Amino acid sequence: MATARGMKTMYGVCSHAVRQTTGLKAARILQQRAFRVNGALRQQPFDSSEEKPQFPGASAEFIDHLEFIQPNVISGIPVYRVMDRAGQIINPSEDPQLSKETVVNFYQKMTLLNTMDRILYESQRQGRISFYMTNYGEEGTHIGSAAALDSKDLVFGQYREAGVLMYRGFPLDLFMAQCYANADDLGKGRQMPVHYGSKDLNFITISSPLATQIPQAAGAAYAAKRENTNRAVICYFGEGAASEGDAHAGFNFSATLECPLIFFCRNNGYAISTPTNEQYRGDGIAARGPGYGMLSIRVDGNDVFAVYNATKEARRRAVAENQPFLIEAMTYRIGHHSTSDDSSAYRSVDEVNYWDKQDHPISRLRHYMTARSWWSEDNERSWRKQSRKTVMEAFEKAEKRHKPHLDLMFTDVYDEMTPNLIRQRESMWRHIQQYKDHYPLDAYAK
Amino acid sequence: SLTTAMAASARLLFRGAGLKAYTANVNSGAQSSFGTTLLRLSPNCSSQTKTQIKHASHFTYHPDPVPTMYGPTTKMNLFQSVTSALDNTLASDPTAVIFGEDVAFGGVFRCTVGLRDKYGKDRVFNTPLCEQGIVGFGIGAAAAGATAIAEIQFADYIYPAFDQIVNEAAKYRYRSGNLFDCGNLTIRAPWGCVGHGSLYHSQSPEAFFAHCPGIKIVIPRGPVQCKGLLLSCIEDHNPCIFFEPKILYRAAVEQVPTEAYTIPLSQAEVLQEGSDVTLVAWGTQIHVLREVVSMAQEKLGVSCELIDLQTILPWDTETVCKSVAKTGRLLISHEAPVTGGFAAEISSTVQEECFLNLEAPITRVCGYDTPFPHIFEPFYIPDKWKCFEAVKRLISY
Repeated sequence: MATARGMKTMYGVCSHAVRQTTGLKAARILQQRAFRVNGALRQQPFDSSEEKPQFPGASAEFIDHLEFIQPNVISGIPVYRVMDRAGQIINPSEDPQLSKETVVNFYQKMTLLNTMDRILYESQRQGRISFYMTNYGEEGTHIGSAAALDSKDLVFGQYREAGVLMYRGFPLDLFMAQCYANADDLGKGRQMPVHYGSKDLNFITISSPLATQIPQAAGAAYAAKRENTNRAVICYFGEGAASEGDAHAGFNFSATLECPLIFFCRNNGYAISTPTNEQYRGDGIAARGPGYGMLSIRVDGNDVFAVYNATKEARRRAVAENQPFLIEAMTYRIGHHSTSDDSSAYRSVDEVNYWDKQDHPISRLRHYMTARSWWSEDNERSWRKQSRKTVMEAFEKAEKRHKPHLDLMFTDVYDEMTPNLIRQRESMWRHIQQYKDHYPLDAYAK
Repeated sequence: SLTTAMAASARLLFRGAGLKAYTANVNSGAQSSFGTTLLRLSPNCSSQTKTQIKHASHFTYHPDPVPTMYGPTTKMNLFQSVTSALDNTLASDPTAVIFGEDVAFGGVFRCTVGLRDKYGKDRVFNTPLCEQGIVGFGIGAAAAGATAIAEIQFADYIYPAFDQIVNEAAKYRYRSGNLFDCGNLTIRAPWGCVGHGSLYHSQSPEAFFAHCPGIKIVIPRGPVQCKGLLLSCIEDHNPCIFFEPKILYRAAVEQVPTEAYTIPLSQAEVLQEGSDVTLVAWGTQIHVLREVVSMAQEKLGVSCELIDLQTILPWDTETVCKSVAKTGRLLISHEAPVTGGFAAEISSTVQEECFLNLEAPITRVCGYDTPFPHIFEPFYIPDKWKCFEAVKRLISY
């Protein structure tokens, strides 16, 4: 049961007033108390008779010898895990003890994603879709975190989080529709493949610029906090995107403005061809959290239960205490960056094989399930067959559909079409009528 | 010599005052007495040097007539009209929040004075010093359903947020197939020359953003327009950038309705009808051109039609083209540098639509293609003499 707490200490983590679920008025009073408390901190009277530093900018002790703080990159922040690489629980008290139904669902969602990835990657190779990005090796980060959230929690992603959408129930038809940019695409065919979005599933449409979603997530979380409906926001990004200025902005804003937000960094070892030792010199992304006053943790991203536990607790506290949490999920990008990339140009096949064969979220979870007799070879065979069938059906259907109506090129620039755009649309149609033989009109909805 | 005299007076001051006072005077930069005394005692420092002589403003402010259709009015300057609009918004829209650098205490231009006390710390709050964060945060809040009003301290500092504005805000609705949008976002920023602002406190960046479909850009000429247009921007379901001419914050005073009212976007206003030349401008420059209209009438017998564009994007091509079809001559004036400035877009569209109506080439009277200079400002800006000369040339083409 959440209780109101006053300011604990000037050092270390500030304890914010905790929101109660009892009433809007009570919650508002508590929120105001949180703000006032921070105000009181700043208004401490300066007293030069005290030997403690009086600077408004930092509360610390004096030190009389010169000493640079060593960044700890050798033995940095430890990696939290629940299962070992063979899927065995290490510390039984950390086993979330999810039901068989839940765990089988995790497994099926991860493998369905994997199957969809294989088919759509191949379809790009065959020229059927223009572009694709796979999620190989990172399925655990998607499913583990998605399962720990409420369905109404808002998701801001980067581009390699399709499993989150799949877990929430985004149909295969709509994944395919977006990749094929056909008339069923919720995005109306305007973006490249894998730029999914769903209002019903609270998944903000993906955009290509990296890290732009990070300060946006802070703003959305602030709005959610004011709405007072027990809603959290999660923001996914890679370790490469974390180098962007927008990431710094988002971290700082979420902490200073006390937002109920989970930052989820997928550290998969590469940003296209750039390995992590060329991306940062510090101890990864988790070590940056404390610099912003944020609670942070590093987890084994290939361990679905570790991801689940960390996200679940972060969500609970983010909403209860109105503060952001940073989760750095360590994982490995088994696939190429995208269909425009051939990663053999910058990493060895042996390296990739290690992760594929020895430390994969799907196989680790399967070992966990088989150890409990929750999943057999027969289950595996029939599920593989069924998932391939459903993916192929959706695929064939998507391929046959028309592309969206040409008028949709001009709508949604503004809420209403401007006179200028109406004129341009008319000009386009006049042109098309005259030169119709040179345009693939048949592919588009009439 | 000057230095000996200054040194002598300094010693006099120190000996007389005693060590404590000296320490206090030297250490406290906030106290001006030491500095003032030195200047006064120096024989060669005249009370006013040539360059210090205050230049009169390059324009005379022409107030709008008192509006009668929006209810009771009260005297407000431009920054007060902003406060009034924000006050109305916070009162009627419980989701509305205002944020940016230094807005909590009232803002560096006093636009948000009193709002935090009145509406609460969760609704009017400071952000860290980070424009990309301010706009990104605003986009997210807007997308999540809040009315987000972001302040950028000077338009000159909006560029870190350029990616968020152009790649994100402007495209949110289109790229999501209308599943999501940030129409609840309004960005406000002080804009334009101020007499001494130099490179980084004088810019008019509207042209950079005019090239970006999906946002709206609005610039008022005075308090009545400001409040009505700002409220329209806030109400509008598209992300809007509202540039406020900072030189008018105190200088522009009008009777402004106290209740909320809106002035439509994308509708240019014909401020004065005329038959010989069409003049188009926005913001501060409207007042410069008002004087040019009088000068042209008095000295040249030329009748000018003055149009305040108000909304830069999407702009009202119909009103401008209709006017040029009538007069046959067009002059567009803005402080921003001429190359690639918004006058170029207007010029291009008008010559497409009104080519056969034109009696003379379209003229642009704008800033030079230099960064906005400090000491050279009086020579840089498109003042009334440059505009008057351009009207003369238009007429005699």
